[in-house]
Amino acid sequence: METLITILVGVLVAVAVYLLLSRSVIRIILGSAVLSHAIHLLLMVMGGLKKGGVPLIGEETENFADALPQALILTAIVISFAVTAFLLVLAYRTYQEAGSDDLQELRGFKNE
Amino acid sequence: MFTITMAIFIPFLAAIFVPFIYKWKPRAIGWFVLIFPLLLFIGLARLIPAVAKGDTISHTFQWIPSADIHFTTYLDGLSLIFGLLITGVGSLVILYSIYYLSSRESLGHFYVYLLLFMGAMLGVVFSDNMMVLYVFWELTSISSFLLIAFWYHRKQSRYGAQKSMLITVSGGIAMLAGFIMLYAMTGSFSIRENIAAVSQITDHVLFIPAMILVLLGAFTKSAQFPFHIWLPDAMEAPTPVSAYLHSATMVKAGIYLVARFTGVFGGDAVWFYVVSSVGIFTLFWGSFNAVRQTDLKALLAYSTISQLGLVMSLFGLGSAALYEGYSGSSVVYAQATFAALFHLLNHSTFKGALFMVVGIVDLNVGTRDVRRLGGLMAFMPVTFTIALIGSFSMAGLPPFNGFLSKEMFFESMIAVRQLEFFSIGSWGTLFPVLAWIGSVFTFVYSMIIVFQTFFGPHQPERLDRKAHEAPAGMLVAPSILGLLVVAIFFFPNVVNDYLLRPAMAAVYPSLSGIGEAMPKIEAWHGPNIALWMTVGVIVVGILLYVSFKYWRSMYKVEPLRWSLDSVYNGSLTMLEKGSTLLTNRYMTGYLRHYLIYIFGFFLLAVAGTMTLVGGVSFDFSNDSPIEANEYILVSVMMITGILMIFISSRVTVILLNGVLGYSIALFFVIFRAPDLALTQIVIETVTTALFLLCFYFLPEMKKEKPARSSKVVNGIIAISAGVIVTVLGLAVQGNKMFDSIASYFENAYELTGGKNIVNTILGDFRAFDTMLEVVVLFIAGLGVYTLVKLKPRKEERDLED
Repeated sequence: METLITILVGVLVAVAVYLLLSRSVIRIILGSAVLSHAIHLLLMVMGGLKKGGVPLIGEETENFADALPQALILTAIVISFAVTAFLLVLAYRTYQEAGSDDLQELRGFKNE
Repeated sequence: MFTITMAIFIPFLAAIFVPFIYKWKPRAIGWFVLIFPLLLFIGLARLIPAVAKGDTISHTFQWIPSADIHFTTYLDGLSLIFGLLITGVGSLVILYSIYYLSSRESLGHFYVYLLLFMGAMLGVVFSDNMMVLYVFWELTSISSFLLIAFWYHRKQSRYGAQKSMLITVSGGIAMLAGFIMLYAMTGSFSIRENIAAVSQITDHVLFIPAMILVLLGAFTKSAQFPFHIWLPDAMEAPTPVSAYLHSATMVKAGIYLVARFTGVFGGDAVWFYVVSSVGIFTLFWGSFNAVRQTDLKALLAYSTISQLGLVMSLFGLGSAALYEGYSGSSVVYAQATFAALFHLLNHSTFKGALFMVVGIVDLNVGTRDVRRLGGLMAFMPVTFTIALIGSFSMAGLPPFNGFLSKEMFFESMIAVRQLEFFSIGSWGTLFPVLAWIGSVFTFVYSMIIVFQTFFGPHQPERLDRKAHEAPAGMLVAPSILGLLVVAIFFFPNVVNDYLLRPAMAAVYPSLSGIGEAMPKIEAWHGPNIALWMTVGVIVVGILLYVSFKYWRSMYKVEPLRWSLDSVYNGSLTMLEKGSTLLTNRYMTGYLRHYLIYIFGFFLLAVAGTMTLVGGVSFDFSNDSPIEANEYILVSVMMITGILMIFISSRVTVILLNGVLGYSIALFFVIFRAPDLALTQIVIETVTTALFLLCFYFLPEMKKEKPARSSKVVNGIIAISAGVIVTVLGLAVQGNKMFDSIASYFENAYELTGGKNIVNTILGDFRAFDTMLEVVVLFIAGLGVYTLVKLKPRKEERDLED
């Protein structure tokens, strides 16, 4: 299971990097979103998968899944949401001001 | 209790108070500042008798003991002379500046910089630890930079400030490297310990490089050829600064360094040759160029260069005394050092006075151009008298102190011819010849200062203001210096006994009793060669001065016209152009390029490290079993991800991103993380909505048709990033080096009273983390709001920056 998910993470990272390297602002933002998905999964894998019950005390099980990666991922999800939202608005304003969403064309834009 | 350490820090402490006093009583600021150098001067002067008896005062407190850097102050005869010069001339310069600078200038800044400089300079001469010395050394460069650029609205001021900074700081760094080499050889940063250990290191391979590097520091600071070019441009500073930093004190820091390190490097042929020949050539070159200047301050600048060269060459000759230990001939050579110390002191008196005089003339009539000046004697009799004293002393005429030290200089130069070691041979004759030629030019420009300014026809129509005598207060400081010039001539042996002899002992710590072996300084020493040389200087000098207009055109002849300034300017422009070219090569303004650097570095660093440490080993034994639905989910995600690259319809891509997000939520359910699943679903929904909302405003995605090559590059980088991350992840899972710390959090109920472990981590164990996360959200929200809501108003749009 862990190996499979790690390979999935690799595929998603490759997709994300490819998107990040493109010219269109939208693709870049999507790339960053996919990258955070991949990293969340990677964090999850690091704690081991399906090794115990839901980390809620009082459930019948004595053996819990690792709670620390879960807490970290929870923080990361929220932060990546904030970053995506900010990037989207930035792209929107850039397009309004510069009339383009192509980074190649945006090079040397005067009001940067 | 007055300690040397305090002496260094008093100016710095005073500088802190200057802005407050300036705010409170802007007119009294100069008088307030004047107190400190005066007190320091008195404090140091009280130590003269003790030091004259041969005492030294040393005090250490630990600063960075692990690096062998201690704040050691050390006072001996040599540092005492410099300490007295710094505080004494400092007091006079501040007194002079009170009248010189109008209250409209930003005096607060001026005095802060000046005090900063004073403290730094005292630090240079009183520090025994080379690292501490270096720190203060650079601090003098920085304060000099600030003072030269005091009138920073002038382009020339900024140029001069930058030039002096670049040259002196590069020299300083070379010196630092030299110090570190010395440390590598002797294991100590203390100058005294280095002097004591010198016999063990003279054959070390680093000995000569360390010497050259230290000398680079000294030569750049003391404006020795070919580094002298910064000093004339430093004359853009206000005249009190030129008098203080660029003639009396800071430029002598290099001389101090040479004197101080004579104990370490002296006795070596390289040191002897480099110091004395650079010095003597600087003497000649400086005086030769001074004659052609028409600006009085520029003339004084070149004259300072030449006089510094004179002192430098004397120290070079004096180092020969260390060649064969204490003997009759070493006393002869040591007299060169003796003359150097004496001339150092004399130069500060007459050159300080001359700078102040030029400042007075400049302020009164609005020009320092000798072609426009003339006949001022009738209007400014006191100023004229001081100028006369200063110039004649500089020219080496009696009855002024310059005569005495100039005679001693000639005698030392003649003594070189008798040198029997260092295989000097007939080259030794070159020294007195160059010295004599330099002195002739010195005589000529000294006469220019006096006669072209104060005699000849008065040309009121070419002056900006009507000439009149300066206010009495302004004349006090130059008069005191002028009086000293005369007083030292008549009572040279007071200076000799109390200052020079103890200083000799400090320069030659290995030759005990060298100070007492120095002769008394006599104004009349019989008709020897030196006296005839002086007579020759006067005769030829007068002839050259009178015929100056006939040989002036000599300066236009090819090799004499060359200037090192153009070399400096040219290399600076080339440097700027080169770096711009280089920067533009990689700072392209295109995100893709930057990301390629970042990913490329990441790939190289991680892959390289993993191969080097052999971290690529997998262990799949601990894997959990996989069920059929999980296979389906994984393949869905992979296909979705890959499709995202190839689909160009916006809505489809957004939805595919959503598919990824919701699949991850499903995985969270499978992986026993209900909180994550819930959060992921909520966030994914909002994100997708946000994407769709924004896409409404953004243009349709163009089908990207990048060149095949860049597509291939992107693909390679993307795939290798994926591979590296996979390999890294697998390697980490297979090689767990530590137990998980998660078991600690499983006591959540006892520790926090919460039953949901994830929640207790977020809200309790790592609550600060969560709080900062909220702050990040808040800032992002503010950013979004600002970007959406705030648009430049119409008038701001037209604003030019």
